[in-house]
Amino acid sequence: MDRELTRLTAAQLSAAMAEGEVSAVEVADAHLARIAAVEDRLHAFLHVAADRARAVARRVDDRRWDVFTTTDMPTTCGSRILDGWQPPYDATVTRRLRQAGVVVLGKSNMDEFAMGSSTENSAFGPSRNPWDLRRVPGGSSGGSAAAVAGFEAPLGIGTDTGGSIRQPAAVCGLVGVKPTYGGSSRYGLVAFASSLDMPGPPARTVLDAALLHEAISGHDPCDSTSVDAPVPPVVAAARQADVSGLRIGVVPELSGEGYQPGVLARFSEAVELLESLGAKVVEVPCPHFGYALPAYYLIAPSECSSNLARFDGMRYGLRVGDDGTRSAEEVMSLTREAGFGPEVKRRIMLGTYALSSGYYDAYYGQAQQVRTLISRDFEAAFEQVDVLVSPTTPTTAFPIGERADDPMAMYLADLCTIPSNLAGNAALSVPCGLAPEDGLPVGLQIMAPVLADDRVYRVAAAVEAALDSRRGGPLLDSAHGLDTGEA
Amino acid sequence: MTVPTMPGVVPFSDAVARFDPVIGLETHVELGTRTKMFCGCPNRFGGEPNSLVCPVCLGLPGSLPVINRSAIEYTIRIGLALNCSIASWCRFARKNYFYPDMPKNYQISQYDEPLCTGGWLDVTVHDTPDGQPRSVRVEIERVHLEEDTGKSLHMGGSTGRIHGADYSLVDYNRAGIPLVEVVTKPVTGTGELAPAAARAYVAELRDLLRTLGVSDVRMEEGSLRCDVNTSIAPRGAAQWGTRSETKNVNSLRAVERAVRYEIERQAAVLDAGQRVVQETRHFQESTGTTSAGRSKEEAQDYRYFPEPDLVPLAPPADWVEEIRSRLPELPSARRARLQAEWGLSDKDMSALHNAGALNLVAETVSAGASPADARKWWLGELARAANDSGAELASLPITPADVARVSTLVGSGSLTDRLARQVIEGVLAGEGTPDEVVARRGLAVVSDDAALSTAVDEAIAAQPDVAEKIRGGKVAAAGALVGAVMKATQGQADAARVKELILGRLGQR
Repeated sequence: MDRELTRLTAAQLSAAMAEGEVSAVEVADAHLARIAAVEDRLHAFLHVAADRARAVARRVDDRRWDVFTTTDMPTTCGSRILDGWQPPYDATVTRRLRQAGVVVLGKSNMDEFAMGSSTENSAFGPSRNPWDLRRVPGGSSGGSAAAVAGFEAPLGIGTDTGGSIRQPAAVCGLVGVKPTYGGSSRYGLVAFASSLDMPGPPARTVLDAALLHEAISGHDPCDSTSVDAPVPPVVAAARQADVSGLRIGVVPELSGEGYQPGVLARFSEAVELLESLGAKVVEVPCPHFGYALPAYYLIAPSECSSNLARFDGMRYGLRVGDDGTRSAEEVMSLTREAGFGPEVKRRIMLGTYALSSGYYDAYYGQAQQVRTLISRDFEAAFEQVDVLVSPTTPTTAFPIGERADDPMAMYLADLCTIPSNLAGNAALSVPCGLAPEDGLPVGLQIMAPVLADDRVYRVAAAVEAALDSRRGGPLLDSAHGLDTGEA
Repeated sequence: MTVPTMPGVVPFSDAVARFDPVIGLETHVELGTRTKMFCGCPNRFGGEPNSLVCPVCLGLPGSLPVINRSAIEYTIRIGLALNCSIASWCRFARKNYFYPDMPKNYQISQYDEPLCTGGWLDVTVHDTPDGQPRSVRVEIERVHLEEDTGKSLHMGGSTGRIHGADYSLVDYNRAGIPLVEVVTKPVTGTGELAPAAARAYVAELRDLLRTLGVSDVRMEEGSLRCDVNTSIAPRGAAQWGTRSETKNVNSLRAVERAVRYEIERQAAVLDAGQRVVQETRHFQESTGTTSAGRSKEEAQDYRYFPEPDLVPLAPPADWVEEIRSRLPELPSARRARLQAEWGLSDKDMSALHNAGALNLVAETVSAGASPADARKWWLGELARAANDSGAELASLPITPADVARVSTLVGSGSLTDRLARQVIEGVLAGEGTPDEVVARRGLAVVSDDAALSTAVDEAIAAQPDVAEKIRGGKVAAAGALVGAVMKATQGQADAARVKELILGRLGQR
C-alpha cells in the first residue's frame, strides 16, 4: 500500500484524499517510510521534518490549515555559512503552500546558494540520481528532483536562476517549470541573482506541475518585482493537451556540436511527434542565444556578489574567529573564508570584478546589453511562433565527480535554459524519452512568451500523453537505480 | 622618506585675500514618514535599541524591499521646492561596502539616475562686512533618496571611534529610515563670504524642509547631517583646487567654522608648497578644526549597479503636478511678502534675520500687533533681554501672543511704554501672562482725575514760572509739568489726561 501511495501523482493523491479513500496522515507516512528506505542512498534531503509533517497532516485531515507565523525548520541554502539559522518568517511560497494544505516533508538538498548544476556544491554532500546512483541528479535544485523522481515526495519546490529546476527535472525524468519572472513571489527565497531567480515545481506529471504552479503563483505586495496580473490558466492548459494548429519554432542555436547524439535524437523525435499531433513546426533563429551563457556568468555573479554580502557573521549564522582580539573586518573575512564553498567564492570574485569601477561598462554593462538582445530575439521569434523548443540540456546526467573540477563544463549544462532566465519568459522541461547510449532521461524544453505560461503546459501535456501511451506507462517506471525489491 | 610637517593655518583674512574658495554641500535629511523606506517599521527617533526592526530592515536572507510611496512624495516635494526637474523614470542602485551597521552590506541608494536634478536655492548672506545683505544662488546638482544605516556604538577606548574601542554595539532602529541627499553644485565667487554662505545655505535648506513638512530637521538628533566640501585656488587661477570633504558637521555654526578652518588650513598647505590631499576629514566641535580621515585616493569602490529587487520608479506627471499644486508658501516667498507688507528695506530685513526675530515678529503681527510695534519690542527690549541672558530670542520665556497683548494694552492707553517694559520684565521673570503681571504689580495707567489732581496741583505749585508761561498762551511748555506729574506717579499716569488737566487748570481750554 505504501509503495502504491508514493507512486500516485499529486493530482491522484489529492483526488483520493478528497474522496476520503486515503488520509493525509497515510500519505505522509507512506512518503516518510519511503524516505527512511532510500534516503541513505539518494541523499535528497538536508532536513526531514517527520514529526512536524505528521502533525500537519493530521490538521489537514481535520480541515484545519496550518498557518505558521515562523518557519519550523532551519534554512541553510546548502551552505555552512547559515549554520544554526532559523528564519523568523515564512517565504510567501511556503505560506501559500501551507494555506493550500500542502504538508512539507522536509528541506531538500541543493548546490550551495543554488550555484551549480549537480548538487556537488552542497556543503552537505551531493544527492544522487534515482536512475543511476553514480550520477548527479542535476542542480541546483537536484535534491528536490531526486526526491520526486525517487518517490520520496510527490512534489518539490525549486528555484530556477539559470536552469536549476528544468535541468535537474530533465536529467531525472521529471517535469520542471520556470514560471514567467515575477509570476510568483521571491519573498523569503534566499536570493542568488535577484533578476533571474524564480521559484517553480519539479513534478512527475505536467498536471502536477501545473497544480503546484497555480498554488504558489500570483501577485505578492511584499515582492515589488512580482507581476500584478492574473495567473495564466496553467491547470486548464495541462488538461487541454492539444497542439493542433499551434506554431512551434525550433531554435537552431540550441543544438549541434557539443550535444550528446542521443539527446539530439530524442529531441528530433519529439519535434516530429509534435508535428504529427498537428503542430506547425518551423525553424526560428535566435542569433544572440550564443552569448547568453557568458552574459549570464557576468550578471548572475554580479548580483550574487552583492546578495551574499550580508553573510558576514555579524547578525546570524556562522561566526568564525571572534575571540575578542580580532576586528569586525577580520571576523567577517574569516567567517566568509570558512563558510562559503569554492564555487560560491568563485562567483563572488567574478561578480565583484565585473562590477568594479573601470570594468563595469565592459562586463556588467555589456552583459545587460546582451540580455536586451536576447529578449529581442525572443520577441521576434514569438511574432512567428507560439512556442519555441530545444533540448533542455546538452547531455544526460553525468557521473558524480566528472565535472566537479571543470567549472566551464559544469556551466554548459545550463546552455539551453539560461536564455529564458535572461529574458524572464516561461519555460518548461518535459521528458521525451531515454538517450539510447546510456538509457538516461532526456528533456524537451518548451519556451513561451512572458505571462503565456499556459502554452508551455499545453504543449508539454500533449507530448506527455502521446509518449505515455506509446510507451504504455510513465517514463519513470523504467527508473531502476533504487530498486532493492522493497515492494 | 621625510614626512612633510603640518603647515598649520593662515589667518582667514590673509587666506581669502589671496585664494578663492569653492564650496559644495551634501546634506542628508531623514524624512519624517510614518514608516521606513522599504518596510512597515515605524520611523521614530529613540526607542529601545533594535526594537523598531523587521526581516526587511534587518536585511535577513530572503527579505525584499518595497518602496514607501510617501518617501517618494516627500522627495518630489523637496525637488520641486528646490526648482529641480523630477525624473519621469529612474532607478534605485546598490552601493556596496562592508560595515556592521549596514544590514545587507549594501545600501539601497540612487546613483546615476536620481529622482530630482538641476535646481537652485537662493540664499541671503546677511552678515557682510558692509552690512548690505548679499544674495547667493546655490545651484542644486541632485536630490536623491536612499535608506539610512544602523548606528554603531563603540564601547570602551577613549575616542568613541571604532579604533581603540573594546567592542561595538549596533542599533538597527535607524536602518532603513528614508534619507534624502541634497547635493549642491560647486559654489564659486563667494570669497570671504564662503563660510557664511555655507551656513546660510544649510539654514535656508533647513527652513525650507521644515516648511515642506518632510522632516523635523534636528541637527542635534542627526535628522539633518551635512558634509562640507571645500577647495581653494590662488585668485584668478583657471582651475579649482583639490577639495576636502568634511564630515561630522552637526550644527549651523559648525558648517561655518568648518569651511573657515579648511580655507585657513589649505592656504597654509599651499603656502608651504605642498598639495592639498583629496580626503575625508572630521570636524572637531571642541577645537573648531578638522582632522584627516580616510583618503579618497585609496577609497573603496562602491560597485554601484541597478537594484534588481525593485522595479524602476516612474512618477506620473500628473502626480508630480498635484504635489506641486499642494506646496506650501516657501520661506523665500514668505519673506518677500512680509517685507512688502511691512514696508521694510533689505537692511531692515537683515536686522530681523540676524536677530532671529523674523518668525517672532510675523507671529506677533498675526496675534494682533502692528508690524512696527512688533519689530520695536523684539529688536529692542527683548533683544536686550536675550543679550543679557545669553539666550536666543526665540527661547525667551515670552510668546508672540504675549508681546501682541502688551502692544494692544499700550495702544489702548492702558499701559505707557514705561509700564509696558515692566510688564515684559514680569513675564520674562515668570510672573505670568501680561494681564496677570499688570494685575499683580498694579501697573495700570492712572487716568482717574481725583487720583491725578493732587499731583497736578503740586507740579503747578512747584514750577510757577512755567505755569505763568502756559497761562500766557505758551501751551508747549506744558511738557515740563506733564513730566513732573509722570515722575511723581512713577509713570503710571495717563500722560494725555495729565496734559488736559494741566491746561484746564491754567485756563487754556
